[in-house]
Formats: sequence, structure tokens, C-alpha cells
Amino acid sequence: MQRSLSIDPDKCTGCLQCEMACSFENEGVFNPAKSRIKVFTFHEEGRFVPYTCTQCDEAWCMQACPVDAIKMNFQTGAMEVSEQVCVGCKVCTIACPFGTVNYNRDTGKVIKCDLCGGDPACATACPTQAITYVDSDATGLEKMRAWAGKTDNAQHAAS
Amino acid sequence: MKYLVIGAGPAGVVAAETLRKLDRTSEITILGDEPEPPYSRMAIPYLLIDHIDEQGTYLRKDDGYFASRNINVVIGRAASLDAGAKTVKTDGGDVLPYDKVLVATGARPIKPPVEGIGHEKVTACWTLEDARRISAGIRKGAPVVLIGAGFIGCIILEALVSAGADLTVIEMGNRMVPRMLDEKCGSMLEKWCRDKGVAVLTSTTVSGIESSGEHVTVKTGDGKSIDAELVISAAGVKPNADFLEGSGVRLVDGGVEVDNYLQSSEPDIFAAGDVACSKDFSTGDFGIQAIQPTAVDHARIAAHNMVNHCSVEHRGSINMNVLDTMGLVSASYGLWQGVEGGESSELLDEDNYRYIRLQFDGDQLVGANTLGMTQHIGVLRGLIQGRFHLGEWKDRLLQNPLQVMEAYLAVTQGA
Repeated sequence: MQRSLSIDPDKCTGCLQCEMACSFENEGVFNPAKSRIKVFTFHEEGRFVPYTCTQCDEAWCMQACPVDAIKMNFQTGAMEVSEQVCVGCKVCTIACPFGTVNYNRDTGKVIKCDLCGGDPACATACPTQAITYVDSDATGLEKMRAWAGKTDNAQHAAS
Repeated sequence: MKYLVIGAGPAGVVAAETLRKLDRTSEITILGDEPEPPYSRMAIPYLLIDHIDEQGTYLRKDDGYFASRNINVVIGRAASLDAGAKTVKTDGGDVLPYDKVLVATGARPIKPPVEGIGHEKVTACWTLEDARRISAGIRKGAPVVLIGAGFIGCIILEALVSAGADLTVIEMGNRMVPRMLDEKCGSMLEKWCRDKGVAVLTSTTVSGIESSGEHVTVKTGDGKSIDAELVISAAGVKPNADFLEGSGVRLVDGGVEVDNYLQSSEPDIFAAGDVACSKDFSTGDFGIQAIQPTAVDHARIAAHNMVNHCSVEHRGSINMNVLDTMGLVSASYGLWQGVEGGESSELLDEDNYRYIRLQFDGDQLVGANTLGMTQHIGVLRGLIQGRFHLGEWKDRLLQNPLQVMEAYLAVTQGA
């Protein structure tokens, strides 16, 4: 059974443990600016919304990559960026309609959530279970993907 | 069934792969006119700067990739197409029969109508062969003139400067990258380049290129003479559709006119990528975008329609671009110039080279220009292409255009 991140904003307190954990796991530093998951703050509503790549089926990032640097990990279902192959052209960063592939100036490459190879540090770090790693069927992923179709200009050409 | 794909760029390769996924047994041939394995021109700036080797530009990295998928890759240039006989003739005289053909021949650099443009010291920056010439032709302190500050000109600036070239950029328009960046963006980019030691001449034309010993002299319309060891001409591109003249395939704007299924005016002849004059998402008009994501969109959709006739409609690709000019990243989306009667919001931090301008039509985002932004910019596409009604979030974005990610989460997920 494939698993995916499930995010429940109602449980998020905005503590940013997920960002710290992600940054440390992937970049070796505690720097939220380098996190692949991001907590967005809605001051007026008093809400916090953690958000990262949904590993969407369309994989616009993968489709747009001119040098085949983004591939699916068949074990985890994550789209992974090969740092060796990525040239840093950033086409994926404008092609991803969710805004979840970002350019890292320090390395000159792009970074995105890769589910930490199957043990996502953000979910482990979250103290309130706002972020959990669960069987894909049980996630709100379908909801998140439903509107992904709206962005596609050829919904049925996803093969 | 014999499928022929003319062109070995991203559109050709993705189309061939998609054809193979949909049809396990038919014959699939890619005809490409360069000797290297299919590669990406997008990667050339990173080759010039030695971040990758030539193999790093290849579209597919594995040895025997195409053979293992039973896709033939043949080298040759299409010279003519006979729609009645269903054959394509190459410049080497080979005749390739097809049942369905995809024209994915891309584009080639324009040679500006300037005396001396054919001089041996003048090169385009388009192919791997051009990249080799440029790499060999640049040495520390060498005076180099770049004609054209468009996308290609700007994206190779870093490579030229870091190789030590003494660089002068000549641009006809009143700012850098006029087809992608608004006045403010283009002017800030110009200042950025000047600060890094590049001479930028905007609103300037080239009137001639003359031999001068081992060098050439580039003459400008306003009477300047600029010495150069190497001249790089990056004055735009045009579609490779000339070989279709007389074939019955209707051409428009120099490219192949296609319908909503990416089929040309002739049955069984489709087109994709930089050669296809197709529907723009924002305007609904037909035109040539010449960008990587659109080429790949076209390729997937065209391949579906070649296998299952007119089964997938092309609803229009969004025009978008991202450009890194010596470390300053700019991006454009959709109707970045704005629409009549629409509102816009901008935030400018000139000292830190940061800028964002959003364009609205009613309460929908329809375009954007950014400078110095690298985080979450893709969400601009999501907002534009989803045609989401922003409601109260439009007012918030008018106040603070940096809140695009929050706006997206709010309107798509009720955050």
C-alpha cells in the first residue's frame, strides 16, 4: 500500500517543527527557509496551513524537466529530483501549479519533497498529528488532486 | 502502423515515448538533423559554464534508451513532405514512408539582415556545435559582442562573463527581454548586468559587421564601433517549416497551423512544439510560444490523437518563462502585460532587486512578472490556469501581492 502525507490544518499550531525537521533531514541545518514543507500563516483567520508537494499524478515538474532529472520512486510514489542530473534551469519551478518545487541558490539546483525516502521527518516531528504519513486511500489527497485537474489543459492525456 | 516523428527535441522525444506507451507494436521513428543523441537546448547555458558535460544535456540518459523502447532514431533533415504519397524525403535522399507523421522540427535562429552577419567570427547559440564554437572562442579579456538581449542572450550571459569575456550586449528594444519582462523588470535587469561589468546598449541596432585583422568591428546604428573577437547572434528564432512548402500543409506565422487536436490542415499530419501555431490558454488565439512546457504538452496530446483519432483536445497552453541572468531570476506568466480594464498590483524593492507585479481581470489572476523571486512561483500558474475567482483575496493581493501562496490555499482548499 502506498502511503502519503496527510495534512490536517485544524490541528496545526504553527510551531514550525516540521520545517525545522525537514531542513535538518535534507539540508543538515535548522533553517526553515530551506524546508520543503512550509507552514502558511493566515493572520486574520488565526490559522496555520502546512503545505508541500502532493506527489501528484500529473507530475508537471517531471513532464517539464528538459534533462530527465525528476523521476518517480516506485517504492514511495514520490517524484525525486536527482541533484547530479538537475542543471538548475528552474522550468519545473514555474511548471508546478502548486508552487512546491523551489530553486535552492546555494546548490544551483531545485528541491522538492521526496517523502524522505519513505519516512518523512515532518510527520515524525509534528507534535499534534497535523501531519501524518498514512495509507494513500485515507488521505485528503483526492481532494487536493481533484482541483489539480482544473489546471491541466488536457485532462485525459495523463498517461 | 508507421509513426514518423520529425525532430529530436523535447517535443519529438516525448511524442515518441507517448506513442510507444499507447501502441506497443507499431513502428516509431524519430528523424533528427543533428549528430548527437537527442538533447536539450535548455541545458546549453549550463554546458557553457561547465556545470555539466555534453551528456548532461541529453534528453534521456540511459545507454540504448530508445532502442530498448523499440524507437528508431535516424539522422537526417526533412527536405520535403508528400502528403499524397505519405512520405518524407530527407536531404540525403532517403524516403521515409509514414501512416501518421508529427512535425516537431522546432525552430532555428534568425540571421538579422545585417551586412557581415555571415562572417566566420559570428555564431548563433542554438546547437551543441554552436556551444563548442563559443567555448573555444572565448578567452579571458576577449572582447565579445552579443546581439540580442532576449531570453537566449540573457541566459548565456553568466557563462560568457565567468569565462572572462569583455562583453557588450546590443538590444534593439528599449529594455532587456522586452518579450517577457515589463519596463520595470527589464530596466532593473539592465542595471544588474551593468553592475556586473557588462556593457548594455538598449534601443540600439547593429548596422554592420566588418573584418578588422583577426577581429571584427561591430557598427551600431548610432555610429559606434565596437571591437570583437567573437560575435554571438541571439536575435530570435523562427520555425522550421520551410520543408512543408508546397505540401498542402497550411502555414501561419511561419509555423504549422494546427486545430484543437494539434492536427494540421492535412489529415494524419500533426505538429508540436516550437513549430506549431497553437492555442494560447490566456487569449484563445493561435500563435507560437516556443517554450519547453508547451512543447511537452503538445507532444503528449498530439501522440494521443495520432493513435486514437481526435480523442484529446488541446485546451490551450499557458505562456510562461523563467530566466536566470547572472543570478537574477525573472519569470513571466500569461498576460503579464495586463488586460484592458483590469487591475494590477506591484511590490518593488529596487535596492534588493525584488519585484512582483500581478495582473487581474475582474477577480481572476491572468498574468504576472517577477524578479528576484524563487520560492513558490509555480503557484502563479496554478492561480492563473485554474481561473480561480479570488473574491476577497483579490483585495488582499492588491494590498500585498506576495501573498499568492496564501491566496491559492484559501481559494482552493478553503484554508
